[in-house]
Amino acid sequence: MLELLVSQALNGIQLGVLLFLMAAGLTLVLGIMNVVNLAHGSLYMVGAYLAAQMTAVTGSFLLALPMAVLATLVLGLVLEVATLRTLYQRDHLDQVLLTFGLILFFNEVVRVIWGPTALFVPVPEALDQELEFLDGEIIYPAYRLAIIAVGLAVAAFLFWLIARTRVGMLIRAGAANRDMVAALGVDIVRLNTLVFGLGAGLAGLAGVMAAPILAVESGMGDGILILTFVVIVIGGIGSIRGALVAAVLIGVVDTMGRSLLPMILRELVDRQLASAIGPAVASMLIYILMAVVLTLRPQGLFPARTG
Amino acid sequence: MKRILGLVAATAMAAFAVPAEAQQQLKVGFVATFSGPGGALGRDLYDGFMLGIEQSGGRLGGLTTEVIREDDQLRPDVGLQVTQKLLQRDRVDIITGVVFSNIMMAIYQPIIESQTFVISANAGPSEIAGARCSPFFFSTSWQNDQPHEAMGAHLQRRGVGAAYIMAPNYQAGRDALTGFKRQFKGRILDEVYTTVNQPDYSAELTALRAARPPATYVFYPGGMGVNFVRQYAQAGLTRRVPLYSAFTVDATTVDAQGEAALGTFGTAFWTYDLATGTNELFVRSFLQKHNRMPSTYAAQAYDSARLLHAALTVSNLGNKDALRDALRKADFPSVRGPFRFNNNHFPIQNFYLYETVRDAQGRFVQANRGVVLENHRDAYASQCAMRW
Repeated sequence: MLELLVSQALNGIQLGVLLFLMAAGLTLVLGIMNVVNLAHGSLYMVGAYLAAQMTAVTGSFLLALPMAVLATLVLGLVLEVATLRTLYQRDHLDQVLLTFGLILFFNEVVRVIWGPTALFVPVPEALDQELEFLDGEIIYPAYRLAIIAVGLAVAAFLFWLIARTRVGMLIRAGAANRDMVAALGVDIVRLNTLVFGLGAGLAGLAGVMAAPILAVESGMGDGILILTFVVIVIGGIGSIRGALVAAVLIGVVDTMGRSLLPMILRELVDRQLASAIGPAVASMLIYILMAVVLTLRPQGLFPARTG
Repeated sequence: MKRILGLVAATAMAAFAVPAEAQQQLKVGFVATFSGPGGALGRDLYDGFMLGIEQSGGRLGGLTTEVIREDDQLRPDVGLQVTQKLLQRDRVDIITGVVFSNIMMAIYQPIIESQTFVISANAGPSEIAGARCSPFFFSTSWQNDQPHEAMGAHLQRRGVGAAYIMAPNYQAGRDALTGFKRQFKGRILDEVYTTVNQPDYSAELTALRAARPPATYVFYPGGMGVNFVRQYAQAGLTRRVPLYSAFTVDATTVDAQGEAALGTFGTAFWTYDLATGTNELFVRSFLQKHNRMPSTYAAQAYDSARLLHAALTVSNLGNKDALRDALRKADFPSVRGPFRFNNNHFPIQNFYLYETVRDAQGRFVQANRGVVLENHRDAYASQCAMRW
């Protein structure tokens, strides 16, 4: 039982780390730029497709990784300048409309370019193995551990960036009160572009890291986008720390719920009923968690915005 | 006076009505899912059907054939809308295609009520095979439960004592596992339903590993299958617990699954290497035209076109009873070999075991490993009141 719990905790953390990469960018964009960007999941998808394409061309996933992340970052910059920038002063609804349109656009574009079937991205050879712990009681794929490592490294980098650098200071100030930052003479437009690019790059990285374990296909970003929004709502909009805590929380709760809840239910009610309601309740768990957090702390666990 | 006028009008209309033999136009409405994650299946159905038409020189039954293609977007309301457009504005003679069962259930009634023939090239929901069967519905695929029953029968026969079974939590997923259990009488270690389009299965795979099952059976179509099969292999499970499935590893997913699919088994009514002369021609032409391996979907739709061609050659569009009789005879060389219709207009056919292997050219293919169920009839035909 202990081995099962440890494995499931690792699974949860791995999912959480992937969600964190997505949420970090989205929470900054929403917190600082006050823009609702539904197309964040599309950037994740584009990252995965570029990883597939560049792995096929270069023959190396490790080479494709930085290229795909950089390309997604550049795409984010272009998107910000070309489309989103004109909508900052507009209603959230206009932004939702635009970015929802971008989802449809990108889902169709990848189908036109790469076709309707899923693409294959191999796991890098060095990581294509299972690691055994505790005398083989716990078996875990090396690549998933690598995802956890990369996610934690990115988290450390972001904390350093936000807490220790001048750009980070501006980002924090922007999250707290963007009008004041602009009034103090900071070029808020450039800061916005930078933040959006950073967010796009992180979403791209999440997509690249996910590519070897998930089907790279049109629409793959839609599901994770919803989870990402749950994460930033729980974590507190604009807060990197909140995003990390909430992402891991969501990852672990979702994984544990999916694996343990049906087992527990089976002890309580009969098998047929348990198999019918188990998955439904398990998939609701994170939304219940979100509702509880919103009731107790409407600003999220680590609110960053004051105004 | 009115009566006389009416009589004159009727006579005039009768005179102007085109005699059935002279009608040279065949209009086919092709409804399928072309966009979104299910788009690959619609594409394969369409390509298979068009290839079937090409084999008849572009003329099904000698009639100039026009195919009007509509995307249902995997949304029943959209499916219904495009179907009504096909029936009322385009006045199509036949409707075919249809990937998903929920779309079929949405469009079935209006088509039947308009007395238009519908040839399902894929969807085979149990209602239509059973109590709601219709003289205007034909299937060139299978009833949804059948491939799962075939795998259940295979594991039962192999003497596998217990299995761990998984599917997405929706109607087709529950039907799949029900079909499997209809034939498999061993112990079910666990029956796990996952959220539809769930991308990550690590939690479920960890639980599966802890249960130490002798065999795993899953139904994960499309992208879900890519995720599941790859993650199953990455967790080191494929060589410890043999993976059996249906609609999970096929020509539309295997390239994205890669080596993870090797050594897994599935069941289907057709494989690319079936040595019926028609099949060899079909696979060769499809490869030549599209530069990819045909899937079961392409094979089914190809048969839809060939069935129509055969039936229209000996009958005509003007006489629906004659056309139905001709369709029922199914006098055409199917890619799957012997083909005949059950009383509910679903095929009575063989189901085969296939193994995913790498062929001489390095492609991942589904190699036939023999018949599992011979001349298999679906479980719902007895509930269909239609007799002929």
